[in-house]
Formats: sequence, C-alpha cells, structure tokens
Amino acid sequence: MDIGFIGQHIWNGVMLGVIYAMVAVGFTLFFGVLDVIKFSHGDVLTLGAFVGLATYLGLQRLDVMSPFAQLIAVLALSIVSMAFLGALIARYLVLPLRNAPPFITLLITLMVGTVIRESIRLFYPNGSNPQAFPKLLPTESWHLGSFTLRVDTLILVVVGVAVILLVHMLVNHTRLGLAIRAVAQDSETARVMGINFRWVVLATFGLGSGLAAIAGLMNGLYYSEVYFGNGTMLAVIGFSAAVIGGLGNIYGAILGGFLFAAIQIATVVVLPLPSAYKDVVAFCVVIVLLAFKPTGLIGEKSSERV
Amino acid sequence: MTMTKNNGANLLATVTGIALMTVFSIFALHAENETSLLILLAVGAAGVFVAYKSGFVARAGQGLQAHRHVGDLCIVSAFAAMVLVFRNDHFALLQLATVLLYCVVCIGLNLQIGYCGVMNFAGAAFFGVGAYTAAVLSTHTQLPHLLVLLAGGFAAALIGSVLLLPVLRTRGHYAALVTIAFGTLFRSFLEVNDTLGGPQGLKVPGMQILGWELSEGITVFGMSFSFYVNYVILAFVLLAGVFILTRRIKRSWLGLSLDAVRIDETAASTFGIHIVRWKITAFIIGNLFAGIAGAFFAMMTSFVAPANFTFGDSLILLSIIVLGGIGNLWGILPAAAIVLLLPEKLQAIQEYRFLLYAGAVILILLFRPQGMFPRRLRTLIPGLGTLK
Repeated sequence: MDIGFIGQHIWNGVMLGVIYAMVAVGFTLFFGVLDVIKFSHGDVLTLGAFVGLATYLGLQRLDVMSPFAQLIAVLALSIVSMAFLGALIARYLVLPLRNAPPFITLLITLMVGTVIRESIRLFYPNGSNPQAFPKLLPTESWHLGSFTLRVDTLILVVVGVAVILLVHMLVNHTRLGLAIRAVAQDSETARVMGINFRWVVLATFGLGSGLAAIAGLMNGLYYSEVYFGNGTMLAVIGFSAAVIGGLGNIYGAILGGFLFAAIQIATVVVLPLPSAYKDVVAFCVVIVLLAFKPTGLIGEKSSERV
Repeated sequence: MTMTKNNGANLLATVTGIALMTVFSIFALHAENETSLLILLAVGAAGVFVAYKSGFVARAGQGLQAHRHVGDLCIVSAFAAMVLVFRNDHFALLQLATVLLYCVVCIGLNLQIGYCGVMNFAGAAFFGVGAYTAAVLSTHTQLPHLLVLLAGGFAAALIGSVLLLPVLRTRGHYAALVTIAFGTLFRSFLEVNDTLGGPQGLKVPGMQILGWELSEGITVFGMSFSFYVNYVILAFVLLAGVFILTRRIKRSWLGLSLDAVRIDETAASTFGIHIVRWKITAFIIGNLFAGIAGAFFAMMTSFVAPANFTFGDSLILLSIIVLGGIGNLWGILPAAAIVLLLPEKLQAIQEYRFLLYAGAVILILLFRPQGMFPRRLRTLIPGLGTLK
C-alpha cells in the first residue's frame, strides 16, 4: 500500500467528514434550541439537492449558460427554499409538539421526512432513479504521484469548512447567535429577558435547513448524482455524528462528523473486509461508543431535576 | 335499569360487534374491484362513527370485559368462519397470516414502547433476525421446526440483549439512536454478506411440525383447503398465545411496574421499582415476540431478503401502533389490517402507500398524540375508580 493510495482515502475521508459535520451541526442546532431531533433533516437535504438540480435544468431551458450564474442561482434558490421549508416544519409540526415525549417528536419528524422523500420519488420526473447532477465546478485534477486531487473536491472542502466556521461565528459572535444560545440554555429565562422565542426557533431551523441544502448540493456535486434515498443514510449518519459528539454542542458535532468519516475510511484501508462493510463497522462503533459515553464525547453532564 | 339487564345488553353488543366486524372483513378481503371496496370502506367508516357516537363501542367493550370467555369464543368462531370462507384463496390467506404475524411483532413493540417506554425503532430488524435465523437453521440443521421458531425468537432476544447496555445507559434521543443505528446496520450487513445470500436473500424450506407438512394442502370431509390454512391457523394460535400472555402481564403487578417506569422513572425508583430490570424485561420479551414472528414469516413465505427488513418497515410497524393507539392491544389488529391490506387491495394507492401512511401518522400525532384509539386508563376495581 503506497502513500498516495492512503492519501487518496484520507482526502475522501476529509470530504465526507465535511458533509457529515454540516449535517450534524444542523441536528445539534435544532436540539440546542428545542431539545428535539428533527429527523426530516436528511430529506430536507435531498430536497435541497433536487431543487438545485431543477433550478439548473430550468436555467438551461432559459439559455443561461454562464457556469458562475448557474452556480449562484442554484445555491441561492436551494438554500432559501430549504431554510423556508425548515422554518415551516418547525412552526407547524415541531413547535406544537415540543413538550411531547421524544418518541412522538422523533416519529413525527421521521414521517415528515418520509413524506418529503416519497414526494420526490413520486412527483419528480423519473424520480425513483438516480439523477445525474451537473458538474458546476472546474473538472480538472492535479496528479501528485498516485495521488489525484480533484479541484472540485478541494473547492468543496474549502467551502464546507468556511461554512462551518461561518455558522460558528454566527452562533458565537452575533446578536442572533446570542439569542440562540440563550434559548438553548434556558428558554424560559430567555423569554423573560425579552427574546422572541418563536422567532429564534424558526431562525435556527431555517439556518440548519439552509446548511442542509448546502450539504445536499455538495453531496450532489461530489458524486455527480442525486437520489431520493440519499437523505436517509445521511440523516442517520449526521444524527450519529451529533450524538457521539454530544448533542447540543457544535464542536461535538464537527468532531463526530469527522470521526464517523474516519471510521469508515479506516475500515476500508485497514480492515481485511470488503469496503461495503464500512457502514456496518461505523454503526457498530457508534453503538459501542454510546455504551461507554452515553451522552457523547463532549457530553453535557446528565442530571435530573425533580 | 337493573344490573343484569344492562349486562345482557352489553354482551349482545359485544357479540354483534364482533360478528359485524367479521362480516365486514370477509367482504373487504373478497372485494374484487376498487369501486366496491371504496363503497365498503365508506360504509365501514360510517358504521364505526355511528357505533362510537351511540355508545355501542363502549357497551361492547364493557361486555367484553365482563364476559371474557364469551368474547374469546366469539373471536375464535369469527376466525374459523373467515378461514372457511377463504379456504381455497391462497392470496387472501397469505395476507391474513401476514396481518396476524405483524400483530405479534406490534404487540411486542407495544410492550416496549407503550408499556415500558423503551424506544425501539428497529422492529423490522428484530423480525429479520428471527427470519434469517430460521432460514439458516432449517436449511443447515435437522432441528425440529417448532424449535426453529423458538430459536428465531431467542436469536432476536439475544441480539437485543447486546444492544441493552447502550439502551439502558442512554436516554431519550440517545437511546433512540441506538436502535436506529442497529436497524440501519442490520440492513447493510445483510446486503453485503454473501453467506446470507446478499441482496438476493435465502430460500427457506416449508414448515413441518411433528410430521405435519404445513406446505401441503389438506382435505377434510371432502372439502379441500389451501395449504396456507395451516399457516393461518398456526399464526392465529401464536397471536392468541402472545396476546393472552401480554394481557396477563398488563393486568398483573408486572404491568403496573412497567407503566410506572414509563410514566416517571424518578418517581418509580423512589418507590423501589427496579427500572433497569423492567426495561430489560420489556425489551427482551418484545424482541422475542418479533423474532418468533419473523421465523414463522420466513418459513411461511419460504423466502427471506433484506428488502423486507428495512428501516422503512420498522416505521410501518410504528405506524400500526400509532394508528391502533399507543399501548392499546385491541387496536393493533384493525390497524395492522388497514395498513397492510389496504394498499394490496387498492392498487391505485399501492404506489403512494408510504406517503399516505406518513401523512396519516403526522395528522394523528398532531391531533391525537396518544394514537387513534388510546389505551384506556387502568381500572383499579371495575366501576370504582381509575388509576393511570
């Protein structure tokens, strides 16, 4: 096994880790403000990719051929529409049930995800088959020995890291971020301090869902195809990443995302198993980790108020 | 009105109710075209509505509680009538048996989620563990098939126990993740594992119990019966056994402890209830049921494949529970029948079934968060007071 081969895998791992971390950050944001898991997150991500695809096809019809204009339009439409959808889901399906037991909120958001996923399959033309995703980024690649660096993956990783940093800045250094953190810490007190609770929740869900749209587009650009079922696996992975990192903690989510990707890649490179086992091994590790660290690696101390 | 008169009226309501439901199910299973089925469904829905509003359902329920043996007898005869009517209709019988087996799994899930409050989002995976165990054991060993059924259950319970450590140490969403991760992992594992047939799955020989070949048709008094009648009867016996056992658990102090753990762990533990013990009990028994049903299902359909045991199937199981009412044992049967049979009968909605179920569950959870027909409060002494 030469160094280039390993380097290639590590680079793939970084790419996957960025996508996973973005999904996980969404989960953790939602959990932070409302203590709920919005499982439709993965399907919002898929829908974001499909909105991007539809936008691209629409622009082609209109003869807008400049790749830059296409990219901007795809990004803008996809992010804005998903942010809006996320806020809608929060307003009408999550907020009314926020005091229900976890089983109920999980189930309802799982079902919302199913509705989104099935709608893509049934109503997008030929939606039950994978759809080719346009190559909107430069396609050349650099060769360093046996290591091939695709320029588009480099751009994706840089953009992904930048987006995550941006979210981090937003949460830690803006008034909105202050409000989000206040609601996450104690929503009652936050309300007493004059924070508009509902608005902060909707903004957070919009933010997280916009993030999901970016992750969905990145996923589509990376694999050059999108599929209605993409979101399910990414949701389970993102949720796992957020949980092993410690729900409600942004650093934990990022750590969890990269850790999950690292386990997958390590399975492929190190273990003498077919590479298809990477998900099996990764989820086994997640289950074992939870047995030893029940509230995640950077977990909150769990204690109960009676 | 005297007590006895009231009693008699209740009993009459129970018997009529069960008879009406049986006739309705027979017609529904028989319906050939979609128009007649739709008319039938409209009549059925109207009937249920009227029965609720007029207090008929409440009466029938009281009658059922007061005369449990008569009620049981009615149900057994209703079942026998259905088997007689469909004695040669392979497809209807297969559907009937599938509904019965799904009910077994859902009772197990209800024990976990509805009674004890242990989340399980991997019902279909435990069902699949039983199915694959049966496939491997009945192909490669000479183990009697009754034991294979049990082995399927034990395998599911065993794998469930491995998950117990993280399930017990975690709470709420963290615990949900453990079962979700397991469900996903199980499916990927089956798909990539060549010894278990990969995505193509495995063939399973038909069931054989004490020389009784279940996969052969039978003739009694000159009437020929499809071989599925064997499976339907056995599935009914299995469901009856599981149902009675679970009802016993619910009515006993075991059920009381399970309820206490679900409603308030902290309060339960201050009253000396061992939370971990009850969670283990509920989780293991529930998975045992799912595994046995899975093993039975594999031998009945003589085929297992990963596509039957996906996360989506686990969600269908949960839809059945929510539709029937979380914790309500009686609601499971009609809910399973609706969820499993409706798409088969209405080809037009077959394609849209996941969408429709998901939509239905969302609406039910928004407007009736305890499920369509929630479990009634525990009656401490009938007619005196209620205790949750």
